[in-house]
Amino acid sequence: MLWYTGKRILQMIPVFFGATFLIYFMVFALPGDPIAALYGDRQPTEAVLEQVRARYNLDQPFIVQYLLYIAGLFQGDFGTTFSGRAVSDVMASAFPITFRLAMLALAFEAFFGILVGFVAGLRKGKWFDASALVVSLLLISVPTFVIGFIAQYLFGVQWGLVRPTVSGAAPWNELVLPAFVLASVSFAYIVRLTRASVSDNLSADFVRTATAKGLSRRRVVTVHVLRNSLVPVVTFLGVDLGSLMVGAIVTEGIFNINGVGGTVYKAITLGEGPTVVSFIAVMVIIFVLANLLVDLLYAALDPRIRYAK
Amino acid sequence: MPSNNRPEQAHFVASLEDTPIAAIDKLDESQKARSTWADAWASMRRRPMFWISAVLILFILVVALVPSLFTSVSPVLNCQLSSSNGGPTAGHPLGFTRQGCDVYSRIIFGTQASVTVGLLATLLVTLFGAIIGALAGFYGGVFDAIISRVGDIFFAIPTVLGAIVLMTVLPDRSALTVALVLSVFAWPQVARIMRGSVLTARNSDYVTASVALGVSKFKILLRHVVPNAIAPVIVIATVSLGTFIVAEATLSFLGIGLPSNIMSWGNDIGQARTSIRTSPQALIYPSLALSITVLSFLMLGDVVRDALDPKARARG
Repeated sequence: MLWYTGKRILQMIPVFFGATFLIYFMVFALPGDPIAALYGDRQPTEAVLEQVRARYNLDQPFIVQYLLYIAGLFQGDFGTTFSGRAVSDVMASAFPITFRLAMLALAFEAFFGILVGFVAGLRKGKWFDASALVVSLLLISVPTFVIGFIAQYLFGVQWGLVRPTVSGAAPWNELVLPAFVLASVSFAYIVRLTRASVSDNLSADFVRTATAKGLSRRRVVTVHVLRNSLVPVVTFLGVDLGSLMVGAIVTEGIFNINGVGGTVYKAITLGEGPTVVSFIAVMVIIFVLANLLVDLLYAALDPRIRYAK
Repeated sequence: MPSNNRPEQAHFVASLEDTPIAAIDKLDESQKARSTWADAWASMRRRPMFWISAVLILFILVVALVPSLFTSVSPVLNCQLSSSNGGPTAGHPLGFTRQGCDVYSRIIFGTQASVTVGLLATLLVTLFGAIIGALAGFYGGVFDAIISRVGDIFFAIPTVLGAIVLMTVLPDRSALTVALVLSVFAWPQVARIMRGSVLTARNSDYVTASVALGVSKFKILLRHVVPNAIAPVIVIATVSLGTFIVAEATLSFLGIGLPSNIMSWGNDIGQARTSIRTSPQALIYPSLALSITVLSFLMLGDVVRDALDPKARARG
């Protein structure tokens, strides 16, 4: 396991530098004046432009600019927002809110997704299975922002069950509806994945062995089938973090949550390029690190992974 | 003592006079040999879901190509602010937007942009990903190592997040730029799948046979490996068409996808969000059109996957 962990960390290093370099390259090395492009239609005064150019070391060769940016990252300097606030400052107040929203959404999608997918996989071809498949297909085809608006309109405006928007401190109870919205698409994918995986495992050799040993059906299904079916779901949760981040931008925007996603949403709609770019760079770094964690978890769950090659 | 339950051996041996050797070796030629594709087509044809999605997709394509067939109301001209956010009236079955334009007509004319971006992005990603993946998997070595590492880097940036950054800094936006930007971050997935599939096909007996016959490497790749390895790529292409349409709508909704002078469902949904309390119809109907389109491609993708992957078909 130690050897595997070391190997994965070493593999992550080029990906980390590559991904940050790619984003930096897209913003600062494409033809045209990057600073002017970042500010779009809302050009600041020449003095501000000068300051930003100096900040990003644009008088230096490109590779030096990038290295200085990376050096800044390691010192906790993630850039500044449009209005000049340090990104790390905004992060400190926004990240805990987004983290709570994402955890709630992850808990919802994992719990309900695995539950529904598990039951559907056990009752393949029955009505429960058929309706689970149809519902999951429908949920995948409706984009998150549409689900968000409809949920907000019905629960918040029409029926008045919850506040249509979330208040500043974002208490847990107000985050329930946004978390369900955020979880909806991934929930559908988890249902389909768990279902396929459970029905595969039902005919696996180890299940036949367990049954032949005389274990009860309940024990075979919960211990042997369910545990083995969870392995692909765990990997999915890691990859899914990317869509969860995009979903957070949309969901936090709709419900007016002051998290990382909401900040990016506001910056996008106001055309504040520097804020968008610095925050998304941080999100990509979190994504890379989270996937490393998931890979290690994956290896812990399934010994075949860590001993392979 | 041997059991006498077994029938006598002579019972099993047919006399040579009865079955000539030629007849044993003879293939059944009364039916034509069926390829994977013919098999897949035969299994798809039987599924109602295939026909439902095919008819829907055909209909959507016709709407995208000739929108004027379906409405005589202009989506941009004659918009009356007096009918802003108005409900349905005669000739305007789905009501009006905030600008007083006809919702139904805007949905019909918005189809083109969404479908174009989806098709274009799918085409770009599939072509580029399949070529890169096939070369990397077939030739291996340094090229494969470099391509795989570069792919890892692009793979580490979630498609829509990367697209948001690129669209923020791009000076001009059109259906082509949106499709290109989405493809930049989506190709590694196709390349990975193609590479894996080519690796399997490369080690099969028919490839060894072609090598023994002295067929050139490139010709083996083109004639034998790619046709046998392309199926998973076709599956992922059908499914990703739907996800690209969602991605375009999400970007347009955020205001950084298609420019607002191009009619698209994402743009209309984004513009309708401010008046959702007074006139939900301007938001609901374009969303419905978007969802039905995505659903059609997802259903088709499901059917194609089941048809091309016999293992999945056996699972039912």
